[in-house]
Formats: sequence, structure tokens, C-alpha cells
Amino acid sequence: MKRVRLSYPYIFVWMPIFIVAPMLFVLYYATFRNGSFTLDYVKQVFTTSNYLPALWTSIWIALVTTAVCLILGYPVAYILSTMKKRTAALVSLLFIMPMWMNMLLRTFAWKIVLDKGGVFASITEFLTGQPSQILYTPAAVLIATIYDFLPFMILPLYTTLMKMDKSHVEAARDLGATGVQTFTKVILPLSVPGIISGITMVFVPAMSTFAVSRMLGGGKVKMIGEVIERKIMEQNDPAIGSTLSILLIILVLISMAIMNKVDKENSSTGGTLW
Amino acid sequence: MKKFLNFIKGAYLGIVVLFMYLPIAIMIFMSFTESRSAMRWQGFSFGAYRKLFSAEVGIADPLITTLVVAVVSSLLATLIGTVTAIGLHSMKKRPRSIVESITQLPMVNPDLVTGVSMMLLFAFIGLRPQLGLLRLIIAHVTFNIPYVIFSVMPKLRQSSDTLYEAAMDLGCTPIQALTKVVIPDIMPGIVSGLILAFTLSLDDFTISYFVGGTKTNLSMLLFSKTAKGGVGTEFCALSALMFLVVGILLLIVNIRSIRQEKEAAEQKKKVMRKA
Repeated sequence: MKRVRLSYPYIFVWMPIFIVAPMLFVLYYATFRNGSFTLDYVKQVFTTSNYLPALWTSIWIALVTTAVCLILGYPVAYILSTMKKRTAALVSLLFIMPMWMNMLLRTFAWKIVLDKGGVFASITEFLTGQPSQILYTPAAVLIATIYDFLPFMILPLYTTLMKMDKSHVEAARDLGATGVQTFTKVILPLSVPGIISGITMVFVPAMSTFAVSRMLGGGKVKMIGEVIERKIMEQNDPAIGSTLSILLIILVLISMAIMNKVDKENSSTGGTLW
Repeated sequence: MKKFLNFIKGAYLGIVVLFMYLPIAIMIFMSFTESRSAMRWQGFSFGAYRKLFSAEVGIADPLITTLVVAVVSSLLATLIGTVTAIGLHSMKKRPRSIVESITQLPMVNPDLVTGVSMMLLFAFIGLRPQLGLLRLIIAHVTFNIPYVIFSVMPKLRQSSDTLYEAAMDLGCTPIQALTKVVIPDIMPGIVSGLILAFTLSLDDFTISYFVGGTKTNLSMLLFSKTAKGGVGTEFCALSALMFLVVGILLLIVNIRSIRQEKEAAEQKKKVMRKA
């Protein structure tokens, strides 16, 4: 018996039925009506005023989330990478563990913190004399997306920085570079692959979330994920839901393509650097 | 100067850790309050936990659903994933990389899209919403298989093919060679994959939400009760318990993998010294 055959049940049964076919169904529902091809749903998505604003909201929330995660997460990853290996392995667990934890639970925790009479209101009341209420605003959604996805930024950055050959840094210092120069000319360019995978790992889920905007946006912050969820689960309209899903996939593919391009360009300039 | 810099570094890490764990800590703290709302602290009590397990909340059925789906789907995914990985390992490079990229789809796709797409599939093949348990199990097996495959594959690459051939030369049948030599050799990868699959299944909300039909798991229960309006403390209690269980599982997986890396490094050192 050839060992290759062991993979056949998965390759020829499970994978086509449960991975490939579902995607084709989404495509089918988005482009067919009563068995004939149509682009009406696509047109509807781009001409009706319901969908594009939600898409923009999702994109800017995802962009801000990604930027803040990068700014907050890079120093964490960098500090971890300079620590002794054994300590770093344990400390990094603290930052990586939440990544695998239920996002719903972590979002829910923020609802308790931000809700009327919650900890956040008490703190702002103590500081300014007036309890401030940010639940059900874009700010609340942003805090939660940053919180939820920060570990996804830290992990790839940490892995890249840890694997980086430290002799490059030493060489730069020996050749007279200042600390800032070493960082901008050596460490930062070498960590671009980590930055890129971090950005993709944060941007994609942040753009497509619906639980966060439902729990902390309270219907006032409309994101594309929530629109898809409503269409499919409440209004029983798989056509528009599927069309928007395809749009989401295309956006994901575009962002990945941009990232790949940046990565390639960077590695080619990196090549001429040496 | 150096001391000061180290202090700054430590302080920064501390602040971020605080940011990451404080909301969870507050939530767990609030699960012990006597008041009915999760916003005001009113003396210590286990009332929230008592209420959580009362008939009013109806936690029994979602709890059983979550556990059954996690156990069955992680075992099935581990079986299918391991067998597939062994097959894939001896496949030619070109077809293998095609299969690998399709396998990655559920990991790359937004969960929302995976959930929607599986829901459409189930509707088409006539797996009615009343068959929620079966739908949940199929969906969870599907999103777990890639994680099992990708935690077993590296172990296969590390283990040497000559072991398998040696076993055959010494008179093993191919099946014996697999079960007695190859599988024990890649066992750490299989176990990590199994625990990871179990945790992911226990934790999943988005995909389950779309395919669950009439069945509700714990995350779905939590979402339906907390998405809108005020929140009762019993859901803080539920969250606290879920955190505890998943946290312990993750700690086991991660410490295992750190220890394995250390052992592998020491093994390598020994071999190098001998050579």
C-alpha cells in the first residue's frame, strides 16, 4: 500500500465537500438568481446607500485598530526579543495566551467595564467629576477591537524579532550607528515580514467582526460583518449576504496582495543593502 | 542609565499586561458580587454561580452541546488530520502544495465567511437546522483539520523516513510500521493538535453561530443573552468559568511545546558533542 493513499479520503471527499463547495455556494448565491447568471446583487450593493457606509466604517475601524496595535505591540515584541530566552518564553505566554481565548468573552469583559455605572464611568467620574459614557459609540468598538487583536500583532512581530540575527545589530553599532539609526536602518527593515503578517492577522478579523459591533456598538456602529449577519440570519436574504461576503473576501485578498508586494519590494531593497 | 532603561521596559510590559488582563479580572471579580447587575459591587456572594446552574438560565443543554461537539470533533479531526498528514508527507511537492493551500482556506478566510458558506452548503444538501448537533460537528471538524495537519506535518518532517523503511526491512507490514514506528514518533504533534482542536472547538463562536441551527452552545448562549442591554452577573460567572477551563488547557499546550523545544535543543547538543 502506498502511503500517499492515506490522504485520499480527505483530498477527494472532505476537502471538496466541506472546504471548496461552500465557497462555490457563496459565489453561486451572489451571482445567480433562479438558475441564471445576474450581476444585479453586485449592482445593488454598490448603488443602494445601505451597504457602502458600513463597508467604510469597517475599513476605517480596521485601519485604526491595525495602526494602534502596531504602535502598542512593536515595543512589546522588541522588549521580549531582547530578554533572556527562557524568561522570554514564559513572559511571551502572557501576551500570546489571549490570542487563543474566546473573543466573545473578551469583548463581553469590556462591556462590563464600559457600561453605565461600570468601572470606566467611575474612573472618569473620579478624574473629571463627570461619569463619561462611551458604550455604544465607535470609541467603544475601537477599544474592544484593539484589545481583541493586539496579541495577533505581538506574536508574529515577536517571532520575527527573536529569529533575527543579532550580529547585524552588533555590526551596525560597531560601525558607529547610533541607537536610533540601528533601529531605523537595521532592526525595522529586518522585521518587515513580521510587521506584514501582524497587519494581516489584525486587519482581516477586525474588518469582518460582527460580535464586537453588536455588543459594544449596540446597533449604532454599523459594520459590514453585522450587515452580513443580519441579512443571513434575520432577513433570510442569502443573495445580498453572499455578495457582501464575496466583497469581504476580495478586500482580504487585496490587502494580502498589497502586503505581499510590500514584502517583496522590501526584500529586494534589503538585498541591495548588503 | 541601563537600570533606568530596564525599568522603563519592564513598566511598559507591565502596562500592556494590565491592559490585557484587567477587563477579564474585573469581570471575574464581578462574578462574585451579590447584586444582580454586573455593574455595581454589593458584597461577596456565590449567588451568580448558583443562578448560573439553576433551571432559569438553562445552561445544561448548551453545556452538553459544547462538550459533545468539542470531544467528537477534536477526535475526528485528529484522526482525519493525522492520517492525511502522513499521506501528504509522501506526496510529490507540487500536488502537496496545492492541497496545503486549499487546506489553509478555513484558517485564512474570515470566520464569518466560513460560517456563512457552511450554512449555505448545509441548506443545499438538506441538513436541516433541526440537525444542529451534526451540523456543528461537521463544521468544527472542518475548521479543526487544518490545525491538526499543520501541527503533525512538522513532526513528520523531523522524523526520518529511514525509520519506516528499517521497520519494513525488519519484517513489519506497512500498517505495523505505521502504528509501531511512525505514529509513536510523531505522537507529540498529534497530541498538540488534539488539544488545540479541542480548545478551538470549545471556544468557537462565529462559525457555530451560523451553522448551529436549533442547537445552542455556550458561546451562542452568552451572545444571545449579553448582546443587548444590561447584563446579569450569572454571565460573568459563566465567562469566568470558561476562561478558567480554556486558560488551563492553553497553558498545558504552550508549556508542553516550550518543554519539547528545550528537549529537542538538548538532544541536538548531545548529538553534536558525540559527533
